[in-house]
Amino acid sequence: MKILTDTEKLALDKYEVNEGQPHILINQELCQACSTKNCLFACPASLYSEQDGEIIVEWAGCLECGTCLAVCSNNALTWQYPEGGFGIIYRYG
Amino acid sequence: MSLDKFNVIIVGGGLAGLAAAYKLAQNGIEVVLVERGDYCGSKNLSGGVFYSRVLDQLIPGFEEEAPVERYITNYITTLMTEDDYVNIEYKGKALANTPYNAISVLRAKFDRWLAEKAEEAGVMLVTGIKVDKVLTEGGRVIGIQAGDEEMLADVVIAADGINSFLAQQVGLKEPFRLEHLAVGAKALIELPREVIEERFRLSGQEGTAYAILGEATKGVAGGAFFYTNLESLSIGVVMRLDDLVKEKIKPSEALDQLLEHPLVSPLVKDGKMIEYGAHLTAEGGLQMVPSKLYKSGMLVVGDAAGFTINSGLVIRGMDLAIGSGMAAADAVIEAHLKNDYSEQTLSSYARFLDESFVMKDLKLYAKAPAFMENDRLYKRYPLLANKLFEKIYNHDLKPKNHLKNLALESLKESEMSMFDLIKDGLKGVRAL
Repeated sequence: MKILTDTEKLALDKYEVNEGQPHILINQELCQACSTKNCLFACPASLYSEQDGEIIVEWAGCLECGTCLAVCSNNALTWQYPEGGFGIIYRYG
Repeated sequence: MSLDKFNVIIVGGGLAGLAAAYKLAQNGIEVVLVERGDYCGSKNLSGGVFYSRVLDQLIPGFEEEAPVERYITNYITTLMTEDDYVNIEYKGKALANTPYNAISVLRAKFDRWLAEKAEEAGVMLVTGIKVDKVLTEGGRVIGIQAGDEEMLADVVIAADGINSFLAQQVGLKEPFRLEHLAVGAKALIELPREVIEERFRLSGQEGTAYAILGEATKGVAGGAFFYTNLESLSIGVVMRLDDLVKEKIKPSEALDQLLEHPLVSPLVKDGKMIEYGAHLTAEGGLQMVPSKLYKSGMLVVGDAAGFTINSGLVIRGMDLAIGSGMAAADAVIEAHLKNDYSEQTLSSYARFLDESFVMKDLKLYAKAPAFMENDRLYKRYPLLANKLFEKIYNHDLKPKNHLKNLALESLKESEMSMFDLIKDGLKGVRAL
């Protein structure tokens, strides 16, 4: 079986993206003081990355599991579910 | 701003919320269920089979009409190392009897079907609306707020899942601790029905479920699941968050490697991944269940209450969700008769839970999570089993040895002592 990259995996899924309305906000100051940066590997959708010293999240691909919020050791995330009707739409589940 | 008032508002259209809604409507109570997804099931994901006899109590003969994928007749426990595996398989004839002991389901289909049943029973279903918070007045929950809309109710049932922000808002629970949570990353793999039945040696709608320990999670506490649907396979890794952050393993990479493991690769050959998902799951058993799941005007059910049991071999959540939803409905029915929704009256929820299999089983397995924290289970035992079988079957032309000596050698090679083995054995038989 062909092994897909994480981007290819997410491309299989159906989303309704709430353009311009991120449901995850990051406090960069707290991230800069963070020594663990657990978000970078723990997110099962691999949506977090570090660019020019800032933590970036590609929130549109979020699977809404809440792992990043749970493992964030500096409480740097403001995380809520996307607005009603938006976000991941599992067709199988 | 509308100020409609209902008997009951349920937040979340998963199995717990839907079971509560169905039972309440059946008893003539006015109930609104608010689901943030476009349809019930659109946010839901399961990583295991559904021990479904409890649903037969709520909807007798449900399997005749529900979107059941397969009924599980074959249980396989796998101890996995990087290249090898040991399987222990059980196939039981009685497991095929109805009502089925366990079924595989695809939640986007199954929960949607259950929501239709609830609507038929009289539940008012509101989808595509996210509840932002519950409304309180003098320490009592009086309704919900969604955007600019407010809706009042005698009771709000929080069935809003493992992250339950509503139960946190009113102080019924703290965020769950890292060691009590695991992340599941799951792939759904499409294959023709005949291919699945041939590869897994199934006839008709029979199904197989694997519980995999060891290398599947790269030594992180947790395990992997792998089970058959009608025309697809569900496979995923479940990794405990406290261990995941220590080991720094990416869940999606662990899943990729599992798909290429010699156990899995021939079974998924030529399959096509059609969906990828992730969800948090509760791992703490009774220990993580908040001490109080009720307050004036509010009850907490299902994953929001942390109801899961993991005995290593059997992982349960969906049945507990339904059982807790039914117990909550019983408590509300009693409160409705008294027209009293105070904390004291609603405390009957705790009694209904205690009397049901939900609390009885959670208490029985109360020591299981502590036992499952032992990392020998994930690192050493799979190695031990595989080393031992290798010595038994692999004839390398050196003089053979008695089984006892082979076992002792394997024990040493997997870096364990006889004392570890005895200790874990004793703890295991008491906890599981």
